[in-house]
Amino acid sequence: MAVAPTLPRPRRWTSRIEAGALPVAWLVIFVVFAVLLPDTFLSTASIANILGSQAVPLVLTLSLVLPLVCGDYDMSVASVATLTAMVIGILNVNHGWSIGAAIVAGLVVALVAGLVNGAVIVFFGVDSLIVTLGTGTVIQGLVLWISNSTTISGISSSLVDLVIGYKLLSVPAAFYYGLVLCLVLWYLLQHTALGMRMLFVGRGRDVARLSGIRVGRVRMGALVGSAGLAGVAGTLYAGTTGSADPSSGTSFLLPAFAAVFLGATTVIPGRFNAWGAFIAVYFLATGITGLQLLGAESFVQQLFYGGALVIAVSLAQLARRREARSGGTAS
Amino acid sequence: MTDPAQPVLRMTGVGKTFGLTRVLRDVDLTVRRGEVHGLLGQNGSGKSTLIKVLAGFHTPDEGTVELDGTPVELPLSAADRRDHRLRFVHQDLALLPSLTVLENLMADDVATGSGIRPRRKRAELARATALFERFGISLRADTLVRDISRLERAKLAIARAVSHLDAEDSGVRGLLVLDEPTAFLPHAEVAELIALMRTVAAQGAGVLFVSHDLDEVLTVTDRVSVLRDGELVGSEDTASLAREGLVRMIVGRPVSTLSAGSAPVPAVRERPRLQVTALRGRAVEHLDLSVQPGEVVGVTGVIGSGFDEVNQLLFGALQATSGSVAVDGLELEARRLSPSKAIRAGIAYLPSDRAVEGSAPALTVGENVALLSLRQGGGPFALTGRKLERHAGKLLRDLDVRPPQPALAYASLSGGNQQKAMLAKWLVTGPKVLLLSEPTQGVDVGAREQIFNLVAEAARQGCAVVCSSSDLDQLAQLCNRVLLMRRGVVSDEVHGRAVTKAGLTDMLFADADADAVTRPHRAASDA
Repeated sequence: MAVAPTLPRPRRWTSRIEAGALPVAWLVIFVVFAVLLPDTFLSTASIANILGSQAVPLVLTLSLVLPLVCGDYDMSVASVATLTAMVIGILNVNHGWSIGAAIVAGLVVALVAGLVNGAVIVFFGVDSLIVTLGTGTVIQGLVLWISNSTTISGISSSLVDLVIGYKLLSVPAAFYYGLVLCLVLWYLLQHTALGMRMLFVGRGRDVARLSGIRVGRVRMGALVGSAGLAGVAGTLYAGTTGSADPSSGTSFLLPAFAAVFLGATTVIPGRFNAWGAFIAVYFLATGITGLQLLGAESFVQQLFYGGALVIAVSLAQLARRREARSGGTAS
Repeated sequence: MTDPAQPVLRMTGVGKTFGLTRVLRDVDLTVRRGEVHGLLGQNGSGKSTLIKVLAGFHTPDEGTVELDGTPVELPLSAADRRDHRLRFVHQDLALLPSLTVLENLMADDVATGSGIRPRRKRAELARATALFERFGISLRADTLVRDISRLERAKLAIARAVSHLDAEDSGVRGLLVLDEPTAFLPHAEVAELIALMRTVAAQGAGVLFVSHDLDEVLTVTDRVSVLRDGELVGSEDTASLAREGLVRMIVGRPVSTLSAGSAPVPAVRERPRLQVTALRGRAVEHLDLSVQPGEVVGVTGVIGSGFDEVNQLLFGALQATSGSVAVDGLELEARRLSPSKAIRAGIAYLPSDRAVEGSAPALTVGENVALLSLRQGGGPFALTGRKLERHAGKLLRDLDVRPPQPALAYASLSGGNQQKAMLAKWLVTGPKVLLLSEPTQGVDVGAREQIFNLVAEAARQGCAVVCSSSDLDQLAQLCNRVLLMRRGVVSDEVHGRAVTKAGLTDMLFADADADAVTRPHRAASDA
């Protein structure tokens, strides 16, 4: 039962450093800004603001985790979020629906969008990137159509209260919703058989199929789940601003992608994961808030998000290449 | 450059060693102008290495290669192959199905073509028509390749290769290497391809024809060279050879008696564990098979015979067109089989392609091994984290996978240990039927024995095992009986004490003619 000494051992310490790099970086920039801006950055209000304002990006990022684990892209999440917000706005403000009914309708619309994505991708076997790029644009068009390209404001204050009105430790409720969703997603991915099956669907579709996993169903489920979470993000957005803005969604897509890929470099390096996404979203938000408080102009957002996406994807590629090399002993 | 008196190919003293294995030793091979030259040998005889030397894929350790009488540098460069008109048609034909016949014909010119100068489509079309006419091919140039038959595709691939052998005097020069182009063709259609080969040779080229099929080789070739264990046994005029003589050259005597003989066939029970009826799909035309609990049945054959697709059809990994599969009397329609249905019926399948179909190499050993037994954690928490590692660790130790560390990346295990881990994954489900495809491919000798023992143990516990393999040694060691498939049907079977490497080799090279087939192994069973 002797262990062959030539076989590579798990690289415990390097993988620990890798897993902890982003949280440490987050801490470092937090301390740097706290020292530079003790009055503005290091205030309860500012920190609460960072935590609360990032709920929508966080949930949107989480919505990307599901299909990405299964090996599919979903470029339509931001549009779906906007559509949900818009449906809630129109039904609640223009048609006088109760806010509860409007939210349910908005989420149903989101799930339908996910079903359409899944149906086209799984049943016709089309590349998910292209399909969701198309459906995302169609949905964006629908939003402009049903809203006449105008922002609808005056959404019921009970929703606004639910999202940002109630506070715990002076942090808005929205933050805790995101936290709960993170917890749910973490449990799903790390502690259920379904999560493991999703992982195999993403990493080895043939293996998954030959192990009796219904690959189509799993991918479909992930895409519907993704749209559902995007719907939740849209609902939170409607609640945060009390209005539905037809053009708001597009600006959320890239930050979400940057965060989800950056998140895949941490906690469980090399895998899309919920807590990684959480840390990445807040790392990016902290950096941007700090820079803006230092007087940087708003273009710093694009620099930060775009740069983070490229860096994260490059790091992931490097990790994969190293994995492939260390796996070179396999004959 | 081209002297008619010179042979198109002369290889002298070619040797090649991979690690400690000598795959080619002092091989001399000459192909003359205007002849079809057969190259024969068993799996592992060095045949494919020799072809790969010609393709410039391997550099021989020693020896020289002359093309048209001119010594060339090794490894053979693309330029030398072009200048000396050396062309290959491999078994996969290398055609692009979504392009037209004409575009496929021009494919090789794309790389060396005229850059941004406009293509002369009319001239291309005229050239294609002339080429097709010369070789009696009736194909429209604008048809998509995916719409034409296998035979037509093979002809197209050959015509494309020949179009590059054209010489100034409208004859043909150079060497055409055909690497098992007939493997996937029905018997009746091979004749047309043979006629095409003869035409090419008659116009002045040399043709090197690699095949498993003795009858084809005897029909089409002028001379035959046989490789065995990396050495050239001889090059003979086909006319002077009888079939038996050729078989003797290929197999050699005495045949290795490595196998210690197989387990006796278990007593036939009332109901077989696995009953396959009239299975049809892909290359498999018709298969009836009944496997008793504890029986290990081997399926073998040459490439294209369908033997390698039997397991995939039984598992639903490939879609069958008709037939039925019954496990313990529970009958399933083969057409509707899917892996998940097969698993529920108690079937386990180890694919031959470990890296793509068998495992997710970048995930951990534990995850790969536990994929089918996640539910055993109980409760809402599946087997994850520590629990998964404990569960998988036990499976790994039970099957002596080294190192038994579930947290390692699967790809970091050696081939043998990867395969043992895959067995662990499936055996934990307690399968009634175990389907193995090339179970010891890329597996070292020690692990090979262990895998055999594990399979034997599974059979002892009542598993019905079907093992498809082209490794006769392995089949001899593992199986109670072995079926030979030929062009989609079972053409022969050996069982009992005849299941030795010698018996199987005889069967593989026996005549397609059914009467002659049974003779050699009957003799072996009597022995």
